[in-house]
Amino acid sequence: MFETIIGLEVHVQLNTKTKLFCSCPTSFNHRQNTNTCPTCLALPGALPVLNEEVLHKSIQFGTAIEATINQVSYFDRKSYFYPDSPSAYQITQLYTPVVEHGKLRIDLEDGSHKIVRINRAHIEADAGKSIHDGEISKVDLNRAGTPLLEIVSEPDMRNAEEAVQYLKKLHSIVRYIDISDANMQEGSFRVDVNVSIRPKGDEKLYTRVEIKNINSFRFIQKAIEVEVSRQIEAWEDGTYDEEIIQETRLYDANRNETRSMRGKEEAADYRYFPEPDLKKAVITNEMLKTYSQIPELPDQKAKRFVEEFGINEYNASVITSTKETAKFFEDMMEEGISAKNAVTWLTVELPARFSGGMDITTSPVDAKKLATLVKRIEDKTISGKAAKEVLDYIMQNDEDIDTVIEKLGLKQVSDTGAIEAMVDEILSKNQDKVEEYKNGKEKLFGFFVGQVMKASKGSANPQAVNEILKQKLS
Amino acid sequence: MITLKEALELDSQALQELRNDLKKKIKANKELNAYVGLEEAGEGVPIAIKDNIQVKDWSVTCASNILQGYKAPYNATVIEKMHQAGLGAYGRTNMDEFAMGSTTESSCYGKTLNPCDYERVPGGSSGGSAAAVAGGIAIAALGSDTGGSIRQPAAYCGVVGMKPTYGRVSRYGLGAYASSLDQIGPITQNVEDAAILYDIISGSDPKDSTNAQRDDKVVPNLDPNRKLTIGIVPSYVEEASEDVKKAYGKTVEVLKKMGHTIKEVSLLDAKYDISAYYITATAEATTNLARYDGIRYGNRAPAQNIKELYINTRSEGFGDEVKRRILLGNFVLSSGYYDAYYVKAQKVRHLIKEEYEKVFSEVDLILSPVAPSVAPKFGELATPMQMYLSDMYTISVNLAGLPALSLPVARNDEGLPIGLQLIAKPYDEQTLFDGALGLEAAL
Repeated sequence: MFETIIGLEVHVQLNTKTKLFCSCPTSFNHRQNTNTCPTCLALPGALPVLNEEVLHKSIQFGTAIEATINQVSYFDRKSYFYPDSPSAYQITQLYTPVVEHGKLRIDLEDGSHKIVRINRAHIEADAGKSIHDGEISKVDLNRAGTPLLEIVSEPDMRNAEEAVQYLKKLHSIVRYIDISDANMQEGSFRVDVNVSIRPKGDEKLYTRVEIKNINSFRFIQKAIEVEVSRQIEAWEDGTYDEEIIQETRLYDANRNETRSMRGKEEAADYRYFPEPDLKKAVITNEMLKTYSQIPELPDQKAKRFVEEFGINEYNASVITSTKETAKFFEDMMEEGISAKNAVTWLTVELPARFSGGMDITTSPVDAKKLATLVKRIEDKTISGKAAKEVLDYIMQNDEDIDTVIEKLGLKQVSDTGAIEAMVDEILSKNQDKVEEYKNGKEKLFGFFVGQVMKASKGSANPQAVNEILKQKLS
Repeated sequence: MITLKEALELDSQALQELRNDLKKKIKANKELNAYVGLEEAGEGVPIAIKDNIQVKDWSVTCASNILQGYKAPYNATVIEKMHQAGLGAYGRTNMDEFAMGSTTESSCYGKTLNPCDYERVPGGSSGGSAAAVAGGIAIAALGSDTGGSIRQPAAYCGVVGMKPTYGRVSRYGLGAYASSLDQIGPITQNVEDAAILYDIISGSDPKDSTNAQRDDKVVPNLDPNRKLTIGIVPSYVEEASEDVKKAYGKTVEVLKKMGHTIKEVSLLDAKYDISAYYITATAEATTNLARYDGIRYGNRAPAQNIKELYINTRSEGFGDEVKRRILLGNFVLSSGYYDAYYVKAQKVRHLIKEEYEKVFSEVDLILSPVAPSVAPKFGELATPMQMYLSDMYTISVNLAGLPALSLPVARNDEGLPIGLQLIAKPYDEQTLFDGALGLEAAL
């Protein structure tokens, strides 16, 4: 039996207004090489100046993971040649990072929890982008100098599920505290996975393989699983030492395999040394006080939802998994509806109607509208079934709930006189069944309800129908 | 040549005449090769600019082939400050490639001659700036000093050269050699001009994180009559040539006569300075020069792939001395050697700083040679090591970040100038200029 050891490095692009060391705007999808200046182009003589907003966001993150925040941290140069790295060195924090020794609680499918330790989070500058176009390679430096927080976990995860849960929680937290857009497709949340195996019970760590830049949670899960299989197979075939080397591999989603990225002979020596163009980064007590005030985190919010609204822990964790869903829920609750109904319509009915990459942030039906719909069920204006029809309709048409109810003729009849008339008619038409019911065939009750509902074209209030029927049949 | 102080009094018509006259003189003096370009920026009193300081729309090459064709899209902070003060950038002066050298011979534009003796080097790396001022073809010039690159050519050419405290003058726009050592400073005909130009270019700059962000000025308080305690370093002077020793002794006598108190002090053996300097400077230089890769600007060599592009561009673009220092810098930073070299050098650097602090608790200024000898003849420093050793008196000042001023004090029997330097404590430029101004007058 083998045990899997996983450590994760996540590069989170911070959503500051300007770059890490210059005043160029951070941007995505702008015209190439427009958001640049002498500093982020590394022109002769240009110098870096630290953007303090990056320290603020680092403090917020450090607070969220209950970490040590180093009030004095330092920058270092990491040297390597690549066309999209204009100065041919990256400014990073090797020796004294801004955040150290944090932790993250992850929730597992079986309902258990686990604490994953975070070794460090350090500030560094992003590179530009290389675009390979046939014979020609192009470089876009808009991204060069964008601030990153590299978050490095301890090797505490033991399977792909734990790794994915860790990433989802981390993703959720950086969005809750609004330090990053954390968009995996756009590259503002980039994951490198370190995987090794060892016989169960063994204490030592074996060769670790790094899998770089995988851009979805699903692929991360698959990449880990396929890499673990590769390592176990090599072990069992007796070829572990030859085949499993410390290297960087890429995950190929089409073929579901990992592939070696660069040879061992090119193992890089980054020649780190302290960055002489910057002074130490100092976090004052005042900055620390101000920026350690962070919004409610997912775990705290879930706990509060359980206490405040009486929903169960599972539903609470689903609703709080993203900041947007939690906000949607809270906005619905503002309308004074029952939490149970809010949960159902938010987590079941609404998502079931999403199509074409739609999600809670792009839903055509907002919290207030969905809550109004729930309210119309609760005040007996419409039935639950009719409400689903209304929702179908308003997903396509931006119209007022009450107008739609009128338009579709879904208003429930609660007028007992009208219902009584319908009940009388049904009973007189079905004298034989009434006899059978009275003789003890009680399941016919449902038949009568159905007939009345049908006669009312679904608009009769089922509760009223029930009561009147019971009365008439007794 | 008219002094900077006098030129600042001229009206615009007189200034225009001065500029025209200057242009004629420069053209007539081509042989000196002090200038490598004659661009002009801004109006006002013309100041010659070393080829590693960015002036908007000017070519800036650091005297290297790798930057041929590159034009700076922005002004260095010192240029902005000059323009605000009514000075204009005027002409590019020659230098050692990327300021790496002590003779200005490693320039891609060829050597600059010493105006005092055409067979001798003008010193370096700011050799063009010093030669231009000494040769009467510049009122004043800007240089940069990483290990003596202002003070040593000033001494060899017989002019005044001043290196400010690290952090006094913004480095924004100075093509970097070694970031923790580089400072821009004035090269002038006399001490007062140096103080004027220093006041103009120094001061705060939010674009340079290593700037001290201080704006105090020296000229309003200049006082040549202050009585000071001046430290002398006999053990240092021992290693200098007879000419220099003699000039040193005579200068000490003058200082005594002026009423200064002379005190013998000792400093760390210069061999430690040289080791710590060449490790620190080359480590920083290696990374500072890594950006010259042919991708975005400058000269790009033909190549089939990216690796070849780097190798060809850099092999063709850089000269031997630059390559030597890049190799050395990579070596001292490489894994397995970092602790033994780079880290150790930083410890030594710290010791040097402490040593100076100790001395400055007892004296106001230190008098020291600038170079072991007068300007050598071309080709006289046959090996790089001989050249490195000739920096022995200047580099500890950069390692400790101190202000220092090189002043011509005498001429030897052949009429070659000898310069000595006064060194002050950090940010005490006032005492430095006061002492130098008094000594200049007394000589």
